[in-house]
Amino acid sequence: MTQQRRKPRAFKGQQQLREWRLSVICNFKNLMMPKTCLPPTGMPPLSALEIRTSKPTSQRRSLGNWSRNADSDKTELLAGQRKSAAFWTFEYYQAFFDVDTYQVLDRIKGSVLPLPSKNFVRLYIRSNPDLYGPFWICATLVFAIAVSGNISNFLVHLGQPQYHYMPEFRKVTIAATAIYSYAWLVPLALWGFLMWRNSKVMNIVSYSFLEIVCVYGYSLFIYIPAAILWIIPIEWVRWITVLVAMCLSGSVLVITFWPAVRDDHRRIAIATISAVIILHALLAVGCKAYFFDAPQIEVPGVSGSIASVPRFC
Amino acid sequence: MAEVDEASKPLFAGLSDVSISEDIPVEGEITVPVGSPSHDDEYSTLDEPVKETILRDLKAVGKKFGHVMYPKKSTTLLRDWDLWGPLLLCVTLALMLQGGSADSKEDGGPQFAEVFVIIWFGSVIITLNSKLLGGTISFFQSLCVLGYCILPLTVAMIVCRLVLLGGTGTASFIVRFIVVVVSFGWSTFASTAFLADSQPPNRKALVVYPVFLFYFVISWMILTFSPSHSDGATDTGP
Repeated sequence: MTQQRRKPRAFKGQQQLREWRLSVICNFKNLMMPKTCLPPTGMPPLSALEIRTSKPTSQRRSLGNWSRNADSDKTELLAGQRKSAAFWTFEYYQAFFDVDTYQVLDRIKGSVLPLPSKNFVRLYIRSNPDLYGPFWICATLVFAIAVSGNISNFLVHLGQPQYHYMPEFRKVTIAATAIYSYAWLVPLALWGFLMWRNSKVMNIVSYSFLEIVCVYGYSLFIYIPAAILWIIPIEWVRWITVLVAMCLSGSVLVITFWPAVRDDHRRIAIATISAVIILHALLAVGCKAYFFDAPQIEVPGVSGSIASVPRFC
Repeated sequence: MAEVDEASKPLFAGLSDVSISEDIPVEGEITVPVGSPSHDDEYSTLDEPVKETILRDLKAVGKKFGHVMYPKKSTTLLRDWDLWGPLLLCVTLALMLQGGSADSKEDGGPQFAEVFVIIWFGSVIITLNSKLLGGTISFFQSLCVLGYCILPLTVAMIVCRLVLLGGTGTASFIVRFIVVVVSFGWSTFASTAFLADSQPPNRKALVVYPVFLFYFVISWMILTFSPSHSDGATDTGP
């Protein structure tokens, strides 16, 4: 059985059908209590894959949390349930931050350089979804957009006498709302949609909510350097940056979600992927349009300046 | 015989037989032996003058300021944490960031509440982040360290306001920029000097990065502070 490509297969008997049902239930359970159960079949033990592709410091990682590795070894052997903390304890949330520096950097690299054969979730995340990346990448992006927008507006309006520089702190709140809702609500909707389709169509590949949040969070990383490049007040540079960033992060999303929907009806699959891409594009273009004023070439008196202060005479 | 007596009788059985006649006066002084006077003083500071109490706390805060300005790996900040210093610094910084373009009706600089929320909420989030990643530092110790390390940035704010009194041209911007960058580096370096030891070794960068982002945001607020008085508002005249 190849571990690299997932092909849809017909169930050869009751046992395989039962195992498929168990894997769906496991995904539900894994949403509430992470890694409580491993899907019994079909999902290869991906720790082997990850160890092969990541740096040889996996030993260091296993030393660092050897108890968790010992647990997971036992679980793979017994294929049973593992005790996990209840959701009101601190340890439950610590499980989402169980990443080392090199793992986060690997995931970021994987999100910036998508390759069609490398499914981001399967390669980097399947064994260990984390919340560190999505949260802090979104925070950095919020501040990158707000600060770059401010600098770029200052440069664009430099020399215009009516323009009085203002830090425009409100925009940070707006940027934060937009980006955090995109990074958390869209995965929620997508996860719900995929779960619903999974119940109708037999589909082996299904992602847990945390994995979808991870993909979205890491795919936003490319916008951070893009936001910094948007400071340059030249329109065509900005549009090229938008297109390149959208292509890279959009392709990460498409490569991740195509296997999950391709077994569905053709139209629904295409509609889902298009919705993912359109929302992504909307975020990029919306941020660029709202936070970054277009460089103006007209006479300063004609174009209304964005921020005009009533002058004290 | 005594052993047999002890073994057979229950404890204190003989006490009920004791009777006190009225002739023997049962009175006297019962004094609890005090250990040492200084041991007693540490726990009852109620009797000392108020000035001493306040000065003690102020000295502790001042000592910690000194540790931040000359950061070396010491556990003083961590061991005796207090939140007076961070509160003082936060209020000072928030007050000094007022009086800017906030007077205008458009959105300008951050309001007092915004600065307050950013500093405290940001510190709480960074502390939670470090604890979730497996740090051994306690919640309030981390808040204490992050708050005290805002001191260089507060000093930079004071310097910037003084520089702005002299005008808002390019030269003043360059001076302010250099001052803010230096104090940002100082703050980040000081806080990592205190926090570094309590983190797991292969996650240090993951813990330091949010601290960097936090001080970067505060530095940005300081650098973009622009006064509202019209003498320095624009470079070119009307």
